[in-house]
Amino acid sequence: MKDVKLRKYHSASWDEPLIMEMGTKGERGIIPPKAAKEVAEKLGEAMDLLPAGMRRQKSINLPEVSQYHVLQHYLRLSQMTLGMDLGSDIGEGTCTMKYSPKMHDQVVNSSKFADLHPCQPQETLQGILEIVYGLEQYLKQISGMSKFTFQPGGGSHATYTNACLIRKYHEARGELAQRDEVITTIFSHPCDGATPATAGFKVITLMPDENGYPDLEALKAIVSERTAGIMFTNPEDTGIFNPKVAEYVKVVHDAGGLCFYDQANANGIMGIARAFDAGFDACHFNLHKTFSSPHGCEGPAAGAYGVREELAKYLPVPTVEFDGSKYYLDYDRPESIGKVRSFLGNLECVIRAYAWIRSMGAEGIKTAAQISVLNNNYMDQLLLNIKGVTRPYAEGKRRLEQARYSLGQVKEDTGVGTAEIRNRFSDFGIQGYWMSHHPWIVPEPFTPEPCETYSKEDLDYWAAALAQCVKEAYEDPEFVMNAPHAMANTKILDDSLVEDPERWACTYRAYKKKKSK
Amino acid sequence: MREKAFVHPYIPNSAPDVKAELMKAVGITDLEELYSEIPEHLRFRGELDLPEPMMAEWELRRHLEETLAKNTTCKDYLSFLGGGCWQHYVPAVVDEIVNRAEFVTAYCGGTYADLGKYQARFEFYSMLAEMLDVDAVSEPIYDWGAAAGLSIRMASRLTGRNEVLIPDNVSPERMAQIRTLCQPEIMPNSIKIILVDIDPETGGVDLEDLKAKLSDKTAAVYFEVPGYFGTVEKNASVISALAKSVGAQSVVGVDPVSLGVIAPPASYGADIICGDLQSIGMHMLCGGGQSGFIAFRDEAEYLAECPLAIYTIAETAVEGQYAYAEVLPERTSYEARDKAKDWVGTASGLWTIGAAVYMALMGPQGMREIGETILYNSNYAKQQLGEIEGVKVLYDTTFKEFVVNFDGTGKTVAEINKALEGKKIFGGLDLSADFPALGNSALYSVTEMHSKQDIDKLVSALKEVLK
Repeated sequence: MKDVKLRKYHSASWDEPLIMEMGTKGERGIIPPKAAKEVAEKLGEAMDLLPAGMRRQKSINLPEVSQYHVLQHYLRLSQMTLGMDLGSDIGEGTCTMKYSPKMHDQVVNSSKFADLHPCQPQETLQGILEIVYGLEQYLKQISGMSKFTFQPGGGSHATYTNACLIRKYHEARGELAQRDEVITTIFSHPCDGATPATAGFKVITLMPDENGYPDLEALKAIVSERTAGIMFTNPEDTGIFNPKVAEYVKVVHDAGGLCFYDQANANGIMGIARAFDAGFDACHFNLHKTFSSPHGCEGPAAGAYGVREELAKYLPVPTVEFDGSKYYLDYDRPESIGKVRSFLGNLECVIRAYAWIRSMGAEGIKTAAQISVLNNNYMDQLLLNIKGVTRPYAEGKRRLEQARYSLGQVKEDTGVGTAEIRNRFSDFGIQGYWMSHHPWIVPEPFTPEPCETYSKEDLDYWAAALAQCVKEAYEDPEFVMNAPHAMANTKILDDSLVEDPERWACTYRAYKKKKSK
Repeated sequence: MREKAFVHPYIPNSAPDVKAELMKAVGITDLEELYSEIPEHLRFRGELDLPEPMMAEWELRRHLEETLAKNTTCKDYLSFLGGGCWQHYVPAVVDEIVNRAEFVTAYCGGTYADLGKYQARFEFYSMLAEMLDVDAVSEPIYDWGAAAGLSIRMASRLTGRNEVLIPDNVSPERMAQIRTLCQPEIMPNSIKIILVDIDPETGGVDLEDLKAKLSDKTAAVYFEVPGYFGTVEKNASVISALAKSVGAQSVVGVDPVSLGVIAPPASYGADIICGDLQSIGMHMLCGGGQSGFIAFRDEAEYLAECPLAIYTIAETAVEGQYAYAEVLPERTSYEARDKAKDWVGTASGLWTIGAAVYMALMGPQGMREIGETILYNSNYAKQQLGEIEGVKVLYDTTFKEFVVNFDGTGKTVAEINKALEGKKIFGGLDLSADFPALGNSALYSVTEMHSKQDIDKLVSALKEVLK
């Protein structure tokens, strides 16, 4: 790594008031259309068209701000948001912060998509249905599965859909009353435990063995006639690929359970390994991660959920079909789990994923996977050269597209932990990193994922910024503890308010009430 | 001749020189070595059967645009479709802001690094709270149906009971989601859904039937204002009071664009409020503009049972400068995994910023005016349609949407809509399959975007079609 010059960055700092404190009485931001005069005259007072007890009595206490100032306010707030386009977002591991091509956004925003109603006659939706159907064909290739739905509105929603499908499968076989347990692993996303629990299952969580893999012997010990299924990732959040994954699948299959592959972490293995070939019954991809749809402040998102042929009949309705000349929606699926989201899901994510795959082709998909792993292995070396940074588990084994590191040593030596270093980190003009899902099995964790979007320079810079933070932790821990220093605001005075009903304030009106007490 | 390297504009390290440099640093001579941990039997050695890549941006753009050009939109035709996704005007400033790269590409970044996002989000909670007249609003979820299902589950946990009463005219899309979330009855912790009759004259809840079905097992009464058929429930306060009389929660679904003219749900006793943001600033996007919200009083037990993240404003060392932090984070699935309150995950965050800009632009006057315009336009359409021979409009008080019955015309809704399509009109949503008791009926949606001429055009087209 050649010497890296760290930027003298400072975030935009507009000292911007809350919108509720802006404007003056009577100012207007926009004027909605009025009803025609004849219509109003014919019908009398508009409010009289509502039942007497259901009319709003007091006008809404919204701000009154002119259009220019509303625009300016939110532009300023956008400037005080680093996002991913501006500050390279290598740090948010498990999230695959890849570049979202701008052209795709422009196409999604065009009237030919934006002004579609989902219940239009199907012959007027042929273009969008063709894209939905097309993406399904591509994802079938990439996963090996037989049928997909794009209805889930996020990755966790796809895992919930899977939990509902496991439920339906055992119900159809008359075994649901008996099969009430779903297994997951601690390094899988928390939703792999939370969503089967929501669907009514008891959840058993496997801990890692000494190599960081979910414990296979423990799995053999817990499967039984009560096992409904397993839901887990591979590679897990540690970036370690579990080479025995097919054995885990077999153990659960032999016990009569279904196996779900949470493929939120698929970016390093597209075109390299497929869920189907490892024996899984179902999998999901995050179109807003692996397939380039932007993350949009946490959505709109899409969890593309795919299953084997035998399970296709349980997918949510409608499915999108093609009869050789036209695309159509199939609602006539009596064994379907029903619906998990209204209409067809977030098709803006579907268009972007479709476009991304069309821009890549088979070779591009594989290249993206390979380069994401290459990038991670390169950055891994840089990070492990930083004093106090360790990478627990599976010594000597390559990580795939991401890795979980520990700053436990730094914390022990200096008192500065990963949360504080994260606060300091953004002072260098890059997005704060993802630490870890809970619980923190790895002490003081951080989990970067330098996907194919990032250049060598980006990787060098990221590692150099981390090295600088750690150096400061050793030399001047107070400075890091009081970070951030180059952001639009400073550290929260007392974060115990998040547990205190007397002091937390989830809205401005609650804040004013509590403040005046 | 050497094969040309695959260099892609989205992959800087696909350029041969830098790729070689990285490979050397990592100590490999073949990219295959990166996958040494994946055993051969799990390797996919085939070629993905995908179309050849369109590497030129223009080539791909043209393909996408030509494909989407096969659609006919609600701008090409005059549309009266609603039913949960509505054609409302999206102000230009909303589009300008929700397309800012910073917001489009932000994710779960730091509360400092992404301060603007957190402030915009807090303003969203604050303004929506004013519309609803409550003090706590959660992060968004996928759509109204998901918000309704999760609200009912909250009510079930709050009361320790497992029955919910729901009027028999909720949107089938929404009802299907609620059924999924309430779980099949075979599950030990399922919530039993009991349907309540509808008064055939008003479209409101049949109070006698409601009373008969309420019991000490009732966790919640869920109803909507306006309802799926556009009806404005005149007995909302009575329904909430009846729910409370048996110790149940009043859970109310609302369409926020109505709140400038319709009473805020807290005023008629709603305990938990849910709904969809699509009507306040989101394009239809073929159903991709949906975003569910959940709101309630600022009482610790409600926050503690809400599965979605909730943020508080927090003071910093500098007077007048704020930061934002998550309230009671340990209850969400990010921290508590399977012990959490249901689950939380990426859903529809960008649309809260769209809704914030929308509410800020509209202000109190704009919300009132848009409500009035919708009342006028939809009631005008209702009157005019009702005058057509054989056509009957159902229910007395409605907002935005209303049911049109064609039994007296001798034609099915499908036939009528097909004929209207020939006149470049998308007629109302066909209800005949989902609500057979209504006969041959359609749900018409009329918003502020429809002019009197649009409505007159529909009326004359229908007259012709029904001749």
